[in-house]
Amino acid sequence: MKNRSLISINDYSKEEQLKILDLAEGFEKNPRQNILNNKVIATLFFEPSTRTRLSFESAISQLGGKIIGFTDAASSSVSKGETLMDTIKTVANYSDLIVMRHPLDGSSRWASEVADVPIINAGDGANQHPTQCLLDMYSIRKTQGSLDNIHIAFVGDLKYGRTVHSLVIALSQFNTTFHLVSPDELKLPSAVKKYIKDAGLNYHQYTDMNEVMDKVDILYMTRIQKERFADPIEYEKVKNSYILKNEMMENTKENMRVLHPLPRVNEIEEAVDQNPKAYYFQQALNGVYVREALLASTLGLI
Amino acid sequence: MENKRTELKVSALENGSVIDHIPATSLFQAIRILKLDELDNQVYFGTNLRSDKFGSKGIIKIRDKYFKKEEINKIALVAPTATIIEIKDYEVVKKGKVDTPKVVENFVKCFNPKCITNHQHVPTKFTVINDGGALKLRCRYCEKTTTQATMEFK
Repeated sequence: MKNRSLISINDYSKEEQLKILDLAEGFEKNPRQNILNNKVIATLFFEPSTRTRLSFESAISQLGGKIIGFTDAASSSVSKGETLMDTIKTVANYSDLIVMRHPLDGSSRWASEVADVPIINAGDGANQHPTQCLLDMYSIRKTQGSLDNIHIAFVGDLKYGRTVHSLVIALSQFNTTFHLVSPDELKLPSAVKKYIKDAGLNYHQYTDMNEVMDKVDILYMTRIQKERFADPIEYEKVKNSYILKNEMMENTKENMRVLHPLPRVNEIEEAVDQNPKAYYFQQALNGVYVREALLASTLGLI
Repeated sequence: MENKRTELKVSALENGSVIDHIPATSLFQAIRILKLDELDNQVYFGTNLRSDKFGSKGIIKIRDKYFKKEEINKIALVAPTATIIEIKDYEVVKKGKVDTPKVVENFVKCFNPKCITNHQHVPTKFTVINDGGALKLRCRYCEKTTTQATMEFK
């Protein structure tokens, strides 16, 4: 994986994905190592994303690397009309690796073709966010002991959530059973379901999340955004149907854990945070270890 | 009484190419894809012609012009049934079908308005997917699939 860009989760084979998870375990045990000493990492955020940026910058800092970059396009040369190609070529001269987030789909792939340093995609529009996918996989493996034979429920907006799409595709490599819970308007697109079918796996669709609570090992919650609905009345009808409350979790499996890519709005009640089955903040922390593993392996340091 | 002509008379080509069996609905797209409107050569075309095999077809004749295989294969996206005939000294010297290309570079637009290729000077690149006979194009950049219904040519 040395010197290779990571744009889409499919850029890594199953074995390479698992290798990153293994390396991340090592960083969880020993998160502060001075292995990026003398390395300069650029974090180019053409659109703001506090959580992802801070997670990357924490990973870089904990490994002793130096950070250059910008946190939104307004404070960069982009506001003067510079093309993405020119920005990337220039920054590639100044750094050993570029982490980038950009509002347009496909921007990171294009950047990886023009840069002579590796690019790690931290989100390109609605397209891909592979480090989120890897940290989700890490969190599932860590809480369940294995990625094989998991029953997972995805709840909420399954139509537009790129996080859900990438994770469904990745988990289709591991004999997963999928429980898809969403309003009719926000069902998983058939192009994504095709990955499940092509892998010979099964999925079940529901509109009521109570139907899946006692079946699953992982409950993956997402937020439903009002602007996704053509008809605001439809949003009002469903907005309270996909909120996780403690009492709904009484008959869930002992090993069940709740994941959420964050930020949360109201889809998980705050009281659930105290429930030992809530795992979403630990999940965010796992992102730092996974990103440490990616940075170190892409730079050929481990 | 003068005999009325019942057929449009198009002179036979001495040298050049004939593209036949183009679905009538795709004729103008094929002309655009091959950029025939930019040629100085004589170009003849006919459309909505009766065809026993295809119902309604279009045909194009281009004088003194031969196409490279990869050039002519571009029209497979809109005219997979097309045949290409090369003529030299009024004789057919070569006849073949178009082949579906594996990749399509820089003559189709990505249908996704948020794709980087629609915002900056990025040449488009697609992998051709054959979905039960229907050709679809998967964008190398945004990874979205452009179908025949959403296909626009640059």
